[in-house]
Amino acid sequence: MHVSTKRLASSRFAFPGASDKEIRILKRNALIDRAFERSTQAFALAVLLLLGAILVSLCVSSWDTLSAHAVDFLTGDRWAANMEMFGALPAIYGTLVTSLIAVAIAVPVSFGIAIFLTEKCPEILRRPLGITVELLAGIPSIIYGMWGVEMLAPFLNHIFPDLFPAGSGLATAGLVLAIMIIPFITAISRDVMLTVPPITRESAYGLGCTTWEVVRGVIFPTVRHGMMGGVVLGLGRALGETMAVTFVIGNNLFFHPTITGQGTSIAALIANQFPEADGAQRSALLALGLVLFLITFAVLATARYMLNRIERRAA
Amino acid sequence: MRHYTSALYRRRRFVNRCAMVLCLLAAFFGLAWLVLILGTLMVKGVSALSLDVFFERTRMRDGGLGNAILGSLILTSAATAIGTLVGVAAGTWLAEYGGKSRLARAVRFINDVLLSAPSIIIGLFVYAVLVLPMGHFSGWAGIAALTVIIVPVVIRSTEDMLNLVPTELREAASALGAHRWWVVSRVCYSGARAGIVTGILLGGARISGETAPLLFTSLNSNQWNFFDMQGEMPNLPMTLYQNMTINSFIPDLVNLAWTGAMILTLGILILNIVARFVSRQSH
Repeated sequence: MHVSTKRLASSRFAFPGASDKEIRILKRNALIDRAFERSTQAFALAVLLLLGAILVSLCVSSWDTLSAHAVDFLTGDRWAANMEMFGALPAIYGTLVTSLIAVAIAVPVSFGIAIFLTEKCPEILRRPLGITVELLAGIPSIIYGMWGVEMLAPFLNHIFPDLFPAGSGLATAGLVLAIMIIPFITAISRDVMLTVPPITRESAYGLGCTTWEVVRGVIFPTVRHGMMGGVVLGLGRALGETMAVTFVIGNNLFFHPTITGQGTSIAALIANQFPEADGAQRSALLALGLVLFLITFAVLATARYMLNRIERRAA
Repeated sequence: MRHYTSALYRRRRFVNRCAMVLCLLAAFFGLAWLVLILGTLMVKGVSALSLDVFFERTRMRDGGLGNAILGSLILTSAATAIGTLVGVAAGTWLAEYGGKSRLARAVRFINDVLLSAPSIIIGLFVYAVLVLPMGHFSGWAGIAALTVIIVPVVIRSTEDMLNLVPTELREAASALGAHRWWVVSRVCYSGARAGIVTGILLGGARISGETAPLLFTSLNSNQWNFFDMQGEMPNLPMTLYQNMTINSFIPDLVNLAWTGAMILTLGILILNIVARFVSRQSH
């Protein structure tokens, strides 16, 4: 009671001529102000903690495997749960190979579509095509997986029976992933290419450059980092993709240095074995999840760094 | 006019034509796959479509997808509701209070990483912190996993949309004597509402198709589940996955999976279009 009258007195000093009621209202609002800021800040901090929580919980729950196998876990080329052998190499190899195939196919195609959309597309088609690309980026990955196993795998098997004896395999998974990330990379590269000021573009055209020369000599150099960021973001998506891959990768746990043959990826291995796993196997699968998280974190952080540079320039 | 026919000019024209033809081919190549996928979805999906699909539960034979659709709706809407609360609050702090402080930049960076983190990792995380201690799969765990996925989407769009509200509006309200919380909740939110709603709808569309995180959290069930969050919650993506893998020897279930895939995709496309419509109205 004493403290509050004292505060009231000091407020009266700060707001000369204000009545008690007005001061009370001011105080209440100041309190709400502080509460509002603090509570929203708490939610923002929760996001920060979330990443730490993911990392810690994966480390803790896979500690048995990490402490028992350590480096062998990453280099071992045999994954046999019934013999308690956990080598992550086949899965890591499959993850990297499928993602690289996907990026190798998707990048030229996406850049081509983006150039078409920004430079050559007739004005009437530009919006509908742009919206189509964005809508397609929203189709869930399980649909791509189902289509891959029912249509693409039999088709590849039919066309190249020697390369794809079963239809499924690392290359098939890479192709499905490519189809999945094409709309994604296209949307980002188009947005990034549109940040080039029209004046710059028009000056180059005014000097007599052809469209291709403008794209190669003016647009690409200015937004290089942004385009790279988009590609790396696509790579990050491909690395962690589960459902589109699980259906078509073949789920072969033996390590073969193959491109078209059957294999497995980290995400596919987890999705296949986790539901029936417990004990050492579950711990090993969680360790595998930790490896995937660290790989994608590194990739995504790189992508963000590159994209942020573009955003700062555009702002 | 000699230079128009010079070798250099012709070479430049040739290179340009080649590049543009390749771009056009790329556009056809990219869109052709997607037309193929959507075409397959429609052709295969319509064959098993009937009213029973919506009102019967999943069974080995003569079933539908009713419980899965209901479960998906429950999971998605609950996660979207919680995600909206958390995401809008955190996004508000980033845009209105955080500014360029070190903490705000760290949160922004982490949020961007979470935005594209693999969903299977989110599933494993929720499994480790919720399912293991509880000892069983549950609807709550599924909601938690989907919430973790939607929150970064909502944060990002809330922050972007609040940044679009002109500073002059905030200053005008403050000059009239409005307190900060009143400025944010009345002036800024009403300006950014359409954009935030768009972000929430797009986030909802994204989580409604997520399969991998549900694999370890909500699992699936072939029974009706009316809001029993402690039990396993049936859902559409998991049903598709199981019908296409462990049940793929039953042709009827595979056909049903394609019908489910069509319903899921149409639902997501409609949500996307509604979201675009909302954001367009505000302009």
